[in-house]
Amino acid sequence: MTIRHHLSDPLLMAYAAGTIPEAFGLVIATHVSMCDDCRARLAAFEAVGGAVLETSQVEMSAGSLDACFDRISTMTPPAPPPARKAGVLPAPLQDYVGGDLERVRWRPLGFGAKQAILPCTDSAASVRLLAIPGGVAMPDHTHRGLELTLVLQGAFTDDDDRFERGDVEIADAEVDHTPVAAPGVTCICLAATQGRLKFSSLIPRLAQPFLRI
Amino acid sequence: MMLTAIRTEIQDAPLGSHGYVGRETNAHASKGRWRVTSEAEPDWTAVLLRVRESQDRAAFAQLFHHFAPRIKAFLMKSGASEPLAEECAQDVMATVWHKAVQFNPDRASVATWIFTIARNRRIDALRKARRPEPEDLDWGPDQEPDQADVYETQQESERLNHALRLLPEKQRILVEKAFLGELTHSEIAAETGLPIGTIKSRIRLALDKLRQHLDKKAVTK
Ligand SMILES: [Zn+2]
Repeated sequence: MTIRHHLSDPLLMAYAAGTIPEAFGLVIATHVSMCDDCRARLAAFEAVGGAVLETSQVEMSAGSLDACFDRISTMTPPAPPPARKAGVLPAPLQDYVGGDLERVRWRPLGFGAKQAILPCTDSAASVRLLAIPGGVAMPDHTHRGLELTLVLQGAFTDDDDRFERGDVEIADAEVDHTPVAAPGVTCICLAATQGRLKFSSLIPRLAQPFLRI
Repeated sequence: MMLTAIRTEIQDAPLGSHGYVGRETNAHASKGRWRVTSEAEPDWTAVLLRVRESQDRAAFAQLFHHFAPRIKAFLMKSGASEPLAEECAQDVMATVWHKAVQFNPDRASVATWIFTIARNRRIDALRKARRPEPEDLDWGPDQEPDQADVYETQQESERLNHALRLLPEKQRILVEKAFLGELTHSEIAAETGLPIGTIKSRIRLALDKLRQHLDKKAVTK
């Protein structure tokens, strides 16, 4: 699998810093699970975090070490991370779905398109799975800020670019883009959007490319 | 002071006591290789491995005296109150004790590893949000860390610390702000009065500078 569309430095840096909304974090963690290149870049940004940690200090209160030893003996040791198995959906995504693709609770959007909104504790951005039949355009929607779309199955095209499994499209608010699922297998994407996502003219947008085929 | 005594003891201790027993047979290993930090800084990897291998309380105390005040500063700069930062710093260090078994010295330096624990604690305490984590790579059954990788990881971390100190102040502050959560998209423009694009390119510039000091492998692998 060759991934051609990667995460940007600012996105990886914000994820390494732990300052990005959870919804984008899920797309990033899912892409990193599939991409060694971004995994290595993420490690480099986390190392920058380690260097930043070294830059300043504030004195701990008296007796803090003893208090910490008390904490160690009373604390329930954190469980080792569970063994996770990747399917069509990489492990971080399965944590949100509750299993692989067959566990997704789809809701119809019309024209064979489906979506499943994934619950986030942090409401700064929302994230959903989209299933778009081959040849159909992504539902038209407005987003006020950043939007990340990661392909999990099939492919979509946007202008001259083609996005396949593992590829991520980064779109700002200004970008007026029209992703269309490539003919063939249903395209399944993970899409995170800043703020609340609203589907606007769903039917016309879907109908247009649909009728053109 | 107690701290000085412990430090001296560890620095003078034979390398064999640093938890690497059994790895001397590795052809790439040479005694003294672990001591990559400067004279003043102990070899944190060796210290943490003593906690990992033998629940060494003196080694943990040494880690605590160095890292707890830094975690506290990091959390306070991120917006935590002093009592909350104190409590979380203790909590992070207690997690370090329990999670020491998961530490991989060939994948991250001690500072980087502790940073990730502190970062996750901050997300939990300040933002009350969940953090999606990438899938772990399959390293095979109980893979022994490659000693050359451990060495390189430590050196890379040293170079990064050095590079960060050498950055022009404006750029250094930007990098720090990004890690302290002060550079969300909307706050950047509001706080500095600079357009987001400018900030972004400055971060890039800062990172490019940092990367010149980084091992190529870590960046382009
Ligand atoms: Zn990538």
